[in-house]
Amino acid sequence: MESALDAIRHQAVKHGATRVSRIVLRIGALAGVDPDALRFAYEALAPTSIAAGAELEIESVPARARCAACGTEFGVDRGFIFRCPRCGEYSGDIRAGRELGIARLEFPSP
Amino acid sequence: MNPASTPPTLPESSPGFRIHALTGAATGSSRALSAPLAAEINAALAASPNGEIAVRSIDVDIPLLEKNDILAERNRGYFLGRGLAALNLVSSPGAGKTTLLERTLDEFGRSTRCAVLVGDLETDNDGRRLSRPHAPVAQITTGTVCHLDAGMIARAAQSINLDGVRVLFIENVGNLVCPASFDLGEQVRVVLLSTTEGEDKPLKYPPIFKSAHLVLLTKVDVADVLGFKREVAVENIRRIAPQAKIIQLSARTGEGMPEWYAFLQALTGPL
Repeated sequence: MESALDAIRHQAVKHGATRVSRIVLRIGALAGVDPDALRFAYEALAPTSIAAGAELEIESVPARARCAACGTEFGVDRGFIFRCPRCGEYSGDIRAGRELGIARLEFPSP
Repeated sequence: MNPASTPPTLPESSPGFRIHALTGAATGSSRALSAPLAAEINAALAASPNGEIAVRSIDVDIPLLEKNDILAERNRGYFLGRGLAALNLVSSPGAGKTTLLERTLDEFGRSTRCAVLVGDLETDNDGRRLSRPHAPVAQITTGTVCHLDAGMIARAAQSINLDGVRVLFIENVGNLVCPASFDLGEQVRVVLLSTTEGEDKPLKYPPIFKSAHLVLLTKVDVADVLGFKREVAVENIRRIAPQAKIIQLSARTGEGMPEWYAFLQALTGPL
């Protein structure tokens, strides 16, 4: 979270803003980040940072995998066993779900 | 909408807090505005006759690389630049990482220069076990930390002579959970599963297996005695990590070791 706030401060300076009103984070299901823990960290750190008063939105990205056997791309609801719904093969080819980043920022205009 | 001279008025039932001048200035939202923010809104209100403050929404799309990931990428570049293959060996305590490396240094390490970084919470027992005149070894003691991180690897790699080394083994702290989240900058992640553990370990600890390039099924010489069903274990590994190569071996009897050496040889490229 600290590195996120650093990056946000950097972006604010770049866009000539002194405040941030909204932060949208994008977190994949396989990123190994617990959204509750992240929110907790945010609430602890934000008030004394550039993000004071900003709203935090977490955009989750479900896991997706591609079947090596038949080429089908499919979503994975839960767990770590990625099985192709079309041919039943297991897949280790992760196409989405590892995202961890800042998707969007909103700054009040000066 | 409002004449320039009239201050903006607010609808009675305004939605929750937004950085809109109208709502921000007067909703009586449960969130108190900090003084600088209120000042900024007031300034914007004064500057914008119709009471609108434009919110600039910017798609930034910045990946958040935590400090460890940045250091890991640096290690990867360093190893690549030196032309050495780095392997991160992960398993439960007692799965046979050190025994495997002892034999590997004695056999494969005779013709291809290898080095080892070995992590444990305490003692340099493994470092001493692995110590060979022909292979530099550094012991990392982590104290209370349950995994190696990229910073520890960067420091330990500086402490040994890597000249001529083609294969760097990193023996992680015995733990099937935390090391999964810490990229060390390795080229290959090797997960060991021993026959003294359950065949369902991959199903119980999936993240580490999911990230494996190679899974070594170790201590296969005692599989029958233990009633360990190899084919069940292999199927479980395949379900979680179909991308991973699987080698069954025994560092005691030597079964499967040539296949492991061939894998290492392929990593180092043509000599």
